[in-house]
Amino acid sequence: MPHDTTLNSPEKARKSGGLNIAQVLHSPLVLPLAGLIVVSILMGLASENFFSVSNIMNVLRQVSINGILAVGMTFVILTGGIDLSVGAVMALSGTICAGLVVNMGLPGAVGLAGGMLVGVVFGLFNGALVAWGRMPAIIVTLATMGVARGLGLIYSGGYPISGLPPWMSWFGIGRIGIVPVPVILMFVIYVIAWVLLQRTPFGRHVYSIGGNETAARLSGVKTQWIKLAIYTISGLTSALAAVILTGRLMSGQPNAGVGFELDAIAAVVLGGTAIAGGRGLIFGTLIGAVLLGILNNGLNLMGINPYLQDVIKGFIILLAIYIGREWR
Amino acid sequence: MLEMKNIKKSFGKVEVLRGVDLEVRAGEVHALLGENGAGKSTLMKVLCGIISASAGTIRIDGEECAFANYDAAIAAGVGIVFQEFSLIPYLSAVENMFLARELRNRFGLLDRRAMRKRAQEILQQLDVDVPLNAPVSRLSVAEQQFVEIAKALSLDARILVLDEPTATLTPTEVERLFKVIRELRRKGVAIVFISHHLEEIFQICDRITVLRDGDYIGTCDVADVNNDTLVEMMVGRRIEQSFPPKLEILAETDIVLDVEAVQLKRGGPVSSFALRRGEIIGFAGLVGSGRSETAMALLGAFPGATCRMKLEGKDVKFTEPADALAAGIGLLPESRKEQGLITSFSILRNISINNYGKYRKNHWFIDLKKELACTQKAMRQVSVKATGPNDRLDTLSGGNQQKVVVARWINHDMKILIFDEPTRGIDVGAKAEIYQLMRELTKQGCSIIMISSELPEVLGMSDRVCVFRGGGIVATVEGEDITSEKIMTHATTGRQDHAA
Ligand SMILES: Nc1ncnc2c1ncn2[C@@H]1O[C@H](COP(=O)(O)OP(=O)(O)OP(=O)(O)O)[C@@H](O)[C@H]1O
Ligand SMILES: [Mg+2]
Repeated sequence: MPHDTTLNSPEKARKSGGLNIAQVLHSPLVLPLAGLIVVSILMGLASENFFSVSNIMNVLRQVSINGILAVGMTFVILTGGIDLSVGAVMALSGTICAGLVVNMGLPGAVGLAGGMLVGVVFGLFNGALVAWGRMPAIIVTLATMGVARGLGLIYSGGYPISGLPPWMSWFGIGRIGIVPVPVILMFVIYVIAWVLLQRTPFGRHVYSIGGNETAARLSGVKTQWIKLAIYTISGLTSALAAVILTGRLMSGQPNAGVGFELDAIAAVVLGGTAIAGGRGLIFGTLIGAVLLGILNNGLNLMGINPYLQDVIKGFIILLAIYIGREWR
Repeated sequence: MLEMKNIKKSFGKVEVLRGVDLEVRAGEVHALLGENGAGKSTLMKVLCGIISASAGTIRIDGEECAFANYDAAIAAGVGIVFQEFSLIPYLSAVENMFLARELRNRFGLLDRRAMRKRAQEILQQLDVDVPLNAPVSRLSVAEQQFVEIAKALSLDARILVLDEPTATLTPTEVERLFKVIRELRRKGVAIVFISHHLEEIFQICDRITVLRDGDYIGTCDVADVNNDTLVEMMVGRRIEQSFPPKLEILAETDIVLDVEAVQLKRGGPVSSFALRRGEIIGFAGLVGSGRSETAMALLGAFPGATCRMKLEGKDVKFTEPADALAAGIGLLPESRKEQGLITSFSILRNISINNYGKYRKNHWFIDLKKELACTQKAMRQVSVKATGPNDRLDTLSGGNQQKVVVARWINHDMKILIFDEPTRGIDVGAKAEIYQLMRELTKQGCSIIMISSELPEVLGMSDRVCVFRGGGIVATVEGEDITSEKIMTHATTGRQDHAA
């Protein structure tokens, strides 16, 4: 037989396809997970309250909005793009939702649908400009961030819109058993995202665009449509985050979510996704988001000056990325 | 002059060099031969300090040296032309050649004129016309190859390594390169030459060292071997290097693709050709003659080109390769690293990329088991040498990477496949298997457009040959007329009738 050195016999493949120690150690999840454990232990030592069930649920609830925004951000960053408009789109979506219900007297469900539509429209707009307009994502979404923020302020006159039907608070502060509704929502979104990325051709194509766009395009990947789809997903997750935000605040807040895009990016990067695209796992992002949430929570519990908290977080992110640099 | 002794190297548990010796004298061209994945490139990277050996010694002029990085090697007079180019896509040819070795003027600023002049001199030696100011990403692969060669020549190295420099060059350009190599040899430079084209070895080399699977097999004079013994040394057995018999293509076989007019840029020549079912058309021509560009234009992937064509009698127009794929036309691009592969991904993901149609589950999902099985089958068909389908592409040897690009297309039910330099960097044994596969595909009714710079390949595989010059087809030859003389005269002067 020619090439008896060809080692792709079935057993070999099963070995490299199944789990083994070396492969687990090389999983991109290892480092974020280690970070999460270390930080949790430190926080647990610093404050005995930290590991109580109620505090953990509390942290997860606080994480949920950023966690959901970071899902869309993961899709976008995996293709090598970026979406700076998520925070502003979330605010606009919530504002429109509240406006439809409060100002126009429409049913709550219509308000929610309207909010979703806002997210999708902005996502489509971003995606179309990036894919067919061939404009850099960072510029496009920087511009639409301004547009979304401005539209929200114009529509509301700059004031929160309150007076929503009480049942809408379920999305923000409701619970099923002991688990807060937003946390459940977040997990559901992560599972869907995982299936999309790991089990469908669409997901593989997302990765391939980040890996080598030219090669992907020439082998027949519909790169433009995929880009349209991922920015739309990001718009949609912004709108879903808006549902939780609106439910929690029981009002549409045109000024909400300033700087949330940066937290979302931080979660994605802490989760081990390469900022240049092509590499990363959605559950890494979840770990990254929780890690950030724990830091916030722990630093608060310790009673550290909020300004100093930002400085500490900044350095922790730098440290994490420095360690992750050589890992892969 | 150069002496490498008992070099060993492993990546993780895989031992890729098991005690290899190499001795190169001043003023000789030394061939380094071996199958894909034998360890040639790895050995050369060890020499240049790009990777470090696990064991062994390197002596230059009797002095032991181990370079910490490529810069140190350059300082000691070692230069290399990389198999996978080392060019920065957005920099121009000149900028690439002098990257990190920029010439400076009195004020410490870049001396652009001097660099340009030097670049021109070197390229003139090679007798090629490469745009100096355009970003190299816009150049064809062969032009990039020349920039890469020029970059190494600009080092004025005493020891020069050429890792498959001729893989995408046509015979004319190879001859030009050889002229420069002979000149260097006369000046006493020690040259290591790697190639899978054995006839080139006999043309230019003095001595030969053969590796097989990381083992040192032996060193001998070119005069002492012939083609067959050489192949036997490389592969460990005899190979009938022959092309599978051509199929009888009848004149009335239906035309699959009728290209009525394709024009690369406004005002350029307009070409037309027709592809019959089960036929292999070869595209021959010199570097820069527009072969690859024409192929890209058919898929709508060459900006500025216009194309009018009929697929199975229906007018079609593609704006994206994805449209072409949906219509049954696939492209194997010229440059595996830039256009073909995602080198940070696994073999599996690279082969799967456009094969998902075959392993769907419930329409939306990927059937992972089937994906693995199909991938392994494809890997076996082209004999990819790797530890498994989850190996990252950038741990494969150049030739094995190329096999992965081929593997992506072989199990598709495509109507038309466009293969641009399909066997670039692939060793003799595996090449024969790929030729066989291509014939199998045509037997199943697929038609192939094969762009190749390797004349024997064009002659042996094509049912018809379109010869390109200056951006368009200048002649189409078939049957008995497919000879190297005819093709070369069309490709270079086009005045064959007068000459004959
Ligand atoms: N970074 C790496 N990690 C693991 N294995 C590697 C790495 N680089 C090379 N190899 C392995 O080393 C072996 C030799 O590779 P090398 O590139 O030297 O082959 P080659 O002789 O140049 O082949 P080709 O003719 O295809 O260019 C291959 O089997 C390859 O898979
Ligand atoms: Mg090599």
